[in-house]
Amino acid sequence: MTEFEPNIIGFLCNWCSYAGADLAGTSRMKYPPNIKSIRVMCSGRVDTVFILDALKKGADGVLVAGCHPGDCHYQSGNYKTNRRIKLLKKLLGDMGVEPRRVRFEYISASEGQKFAKVVTDFVDELKKMGPNPLKTLQD
Amino acid sequence: MDKKKTDSKDKKLQIAFYWAASCGGCEIAVLDIDEAILDVAAAADILFWPVAIDTKYKDVEAMKDNTIDVCFFNGAVRTSEQEHLANLLRKKSKILVAFGACSISGGIPGLANIASREEIFKTAYLDNPSTENPDKTIPKTSVKVKEGELTLPEFYDTVKTLDQVVDVDYYLPGCPPSPWLITDAIDAIIKNKLPPKGSVLAPMKSVCDECRFEKSEKKIKSIKRIYELDKIEDKCFLEQGVICMGPATRAGCRGKCMEGNMPCTGCGGLLPNSLDQGASMISALASILGVEGEENMTDEEVDKLIEQVKDVVGTFYKYTLPASLINRRVMK
Ligand code: SF4
Ligand code: SF4
Ligand code: FES
Repeated sequence: MTEFEPNIIGFLCNWCSYAGADLAGTSRMKYPPNIKSIRVMCSGRVDTVFILDALKKGADGVLVAGCHPGDCHYQSGNYKTNRRIKLLKKLLGDMGVEPRRVRFEYISASEGQKFAKVVTDFVDELKKMGPNPLKTLQD
Repeated sequence: MDKKKTDSKDKKLQIAFYWAASCGGCEIAVLDIDEAILDVAAAADILFWPVAIDTKYKDVEAMKDNTIDVCFFNGAVRTSEQEHLANLLRKKSKILVAFGACSISGGIPGLANIASREEIFKTAYLDNPSTENPDKTIPKTSVKVKEGELTLPEFYDTVKTLDQVVDVDYYLPGCPPSPWLITDAIDAIIKNKLPPKGSVLAPMKSVCDECRFEKSEKKIKSIKRIYELDKIEDKCFLEQGVICMGPATRAGCRGKCMEGNMPCTGCGGLLPNSLDQGASMISALASILGVEGEENMTDEEVDKLIEQVKDVVGTFYKYTLPASLINRRVMK
């Protein structure tokens, strides 16, 4: 049997985390190819609905990454997203979905290294968790 | 009675009502339209309405397809009997209306999707402190007794919305739908002025839009349940720290609950273009929770704020769990 390869959707803020991911790429840092990145203008643009929709459509994990506290281009988008994701994780736990399938990280434009590490760790963790149970539940 | 509305007897509208997994409130809501019920009686023949008139399933089975012009179906689908009736009434009706929150999005019975059939039976028939059941009898679809075989409909593991079972033409929201929404709908049917198939027969706005409270910029310091308020002030519940589902709920009720000094719990269901009522409200609430001084708050302080939200599913998905993106708990 081939090893389970998790499918990750990444919502990356334009001003910090997407640039960080770009830096990881241009610096030829190694990280697993399991993430599909979607650029958003700010992590605050990530509605809880997007995350649930990604999980429902079969993502094994969702990474949301934004600027460090105090650095959000729109001042407070990252604070809101932090709260949203904490509340969302409570919902996931109640619904029997591992809350760790959703992850929020602060990654700046210069932290290519951190981006690569976060993705590597997340892939490892998801491999241990196994496939998203919602996939089989709702077919 | 107003005879003009029905030019000839044989043109009378043929209607039916049915209840599935619901509390019965929707049946009462039909009577809540007061004297307008007389217009309905003048314009329509009621072919089937188990709660009010003596008709049998076999009467419906004997009908030709599309005999019923409009069927109002309230309640979610939890049992094989309800599923059978949903299919049967779909076949016999030209227009099928999902009537009320339960048939549209599961409603209160839909909250049972947080548990499995086994868990529900165990609580209801075995573990309940007021239950005496030494033989540990739980419902079965068939049981042999000396007189023969007794049967019960199957109790499914998951509650479904009506449109997860059959094609639905219109949706009439509310728990139960407000009398004016019902009379507007009936009026549109009688005058043949229904909107396109698939429409929700209610305004496009949110409950906040119809709420009596003045709106200002909302910020919440801490979350309170209604009994924890010393005094209910005459202002938006969210600003008083009480979770109010108004921003994520479809209007139509004219802000009924706030008239009675209670927050909206969301019975109007999803707003147009929202995929998930609970998730929309989670986003809205998180955006106004603890925003004052947010830049100096530690992550632990944020955790404490979030901890104040009790019963996430019951608060944000009170009426829509079966219609939500994660529509039942994952069972191990
Ligand atoms: S949140 Fe509730 S109380 Fe506040 S305006 Fe909206 S409906 Fe009214
Ligand atoms: S205020 Fe909310 S819960 Fe109350 S009737 Fe209106 S939609 Fe339903
Ligand atoms: S712009 Fe990066 S989190 Fe808001």
